[in-house]
Amino acid sequence: MSEPILRIEGLTKVYPGGLKALDGVDLEIRKGEIFALLGPNGAGKTTLIGAVCGIVRVTGGSIHAFGQDMAHHWRSARRRIGLVPQEMGFDMFETVERGVAYSRGLFGLGPDPARIEEVLRSLSLWDKRKEQIRALSGGMKRRVLIAKALAHDPELLFLDEPTAGVDVELRRDMWRQIDRLRDQGVTVILTTHYIEEAEEMADRVGVIDKGRLLLVDDKDAIMARMGRTEAHFRLAAPLSAVPDALCAYPLHLEDGGRTLTYRGGDGSGKGKAEIAAVAQALAKADIAYTGLDQKESSLEDIFVDLVEQTKGVPA
Amino acid sequence: MIGWRSTYAIYRNELARFMRTVFGSLVSPVLTTSLYFIVFGAAIGGRMDAVGGVDYGAFIVPGLLMLTLLSESTSNASFGIYMPRFTGAIYELLSAPVGVAETLLGFVGAAATKSLILAAVILLTATLFVDYHIAHPFYALMFVILVSASFSLLGFILGIWAEGFEKLQMVPMLILTPLTFLGGTFYSIDMLSEPWRTVVQFNPIFYLVSGLRWTFLGEADVSIGTALSLTIAFLALCIAIIAWIFRSGWRLRS
Ligand SMILES: Nc1ncnc2c1ncn2[C@@H]1O[C@H](COP(=O)(O)OP(=O)(O)OP(=O)(O)O)[C@@H](O)[C@H]1O
Ligand SMILES: [Mg+2]
Repeated sequence: MSEPILRIEGLTKVYPGGLKALDGVDLEIRKGEIFALLGPNGAGKTTLIGAVCGIVRVTGGSIHAFGQDMAHHWRSARRRIGLVPQEMGFDMFETVERGVAYSRGLFGLGPDPARIEEVLRSLSLWDKRKEQIRALSGGMKRRVLIAKALAHDPELLFLDEPTAGVDVELRRDMWRQIDRLRDQGVTVILTTHYIEEAEEMADRVGVIDKGRLLLVDDKDAIMARMGRTEAHFRLAAPLSAVPDALCAYPLHLEDGGRTLTYRGGDGSGKGKAEIAAVAQALAKADIAYTGLDQKESSLEDIFVDLVEQTKGVPA
Repeated sequence: MIGWRSTYAIYRNELARFMRTVFGSLVSPVLTTSLYFIVFGAAIGGRMDAVGGVDYGAFIVPGLLMLTLLSESTSNASFGIYMPRFTGAIYELLSAPVGVAETLLGFVGAAATKSLILAAVILLTATLFVDYHIAHPFYALMFVILVSASFSLLGFILGIWAEGFEKLQMVPMLILTPLTFLGGTFYSIDMLSEPWRTVVQFNPIFYLVSGLRWTFLGEADVSIGTALSLTIAFLALCIAIIAWIFRSGWRLRS
């Protein structure tokens, strides 16, 4: 495998006041991938991004970008990194066009009106280029942040909750943007609370909580390993125990015996087959049911599970 | 190695910010200075004896120029760096491939440029009220540039230190303006009796006002050498403090 575009080792951040926002994070990002960092509020996502981008001073650990130690080669590395922050921060009185051109210059590139036009058009900002940023809607402002980050053609792009507070349509639009970046070979690291987003966009997912990376894997592998199929049979008459004929399956009774619940499978179809078998066995045993819900657990459930699992473990 | 493009981007951006509010930025110092000239130059000055053979109106020109330069350089530069901290736009600067040199040259260069523009406007305004001429134009220009740069640096430090708008205005209002007033803007040291004559000499701004006055009138209470050395020492001190701020990330990086 080729050299990772970003290698984080033992990254620790203790804020003044003693809060440990990052606790020995190890992470490798592959060139060209879309990586989603998933975690609840205060997990340390923004801190992790800030540490790579120079916003946060780290307490310990090392960061290598493009094969070079960022502590020494920050100048050349930062030229190739873009950041779309979670919080909006602009000079509100500046026009869109000027703001984006400024960002390009700040990163050491010469003016390139054609490139700026391309970026603004791709984000549907071209018509607004002469407007002051304060006159734009929230979603448009967010796009300006993205345009600013793209103005210097970064190879590695951080998107800190790009779709927070953005309506559904704009969110889908954002996903298309990210797809386009992927096609251009840009490596993207995004953070999100929306599991849907990670599922839709990411090649790999990392789950972070309380400053610790709990899990990093291919999205599909996570689904396969952790993926569970769940089915609820609503019974016509309550049962007091799972019938012997069915004891081979992972079943239990809920809701005072009125619901027979199946939880099992491995995300590869085994669950669905077993549920079909359970349905047949119920028919054979003359146990009637009035309804059946079935679902595959999402990354969300996995995530909640993981966070639950680690709750008892002292940090 | 300095990233000149980044430096230029910061410099231009800051000047553009200045140009957006150019009317407000110029009109208030010009108005204030005009008022001083009317009151102290024309009204009271007419009844004052010439100071060291110089008409009183012309005598106060360098002092008034210094008064404006100090407060405007400081507040321009402090706002320049405080605003992005306040709005959150500082993230971009921190994530960009820029270090101390680019940031300083960009921000302080722009603030000093504004001060020079302002100085020119004030000197033009002064011609409406008094007759004066500049004895050593080259030294005057050099001195004005040095003072603008030094106090822009001071403003930059203030802008990083301040945690609110009041603190931002505190130093120019509570320290610089009083010290300039008491530093010989309106009088020569000869006009004072002891102990004030000695006390004034502990006011660093007295040397700046005197230095600038020397470049205008060809004579003043202290020599240009003393004034220049003091300014350069102050400049060096500010640069050292700022270098430390960047190395430690104080107030900039969390
Ligand atoms: N500047 C700071 N000073 C002190 N503590 C901080 C600072 N910034 C963040 N923290 C704390 O560090 C922890 C991690 O914060 P961080 O912003 O990285 O979380 P996050 O995962 O991005 O959360 P969210 O999803 O809400 O954006 C939180 O407990 C937060 O309160
Ligand atoms: Mg965050």
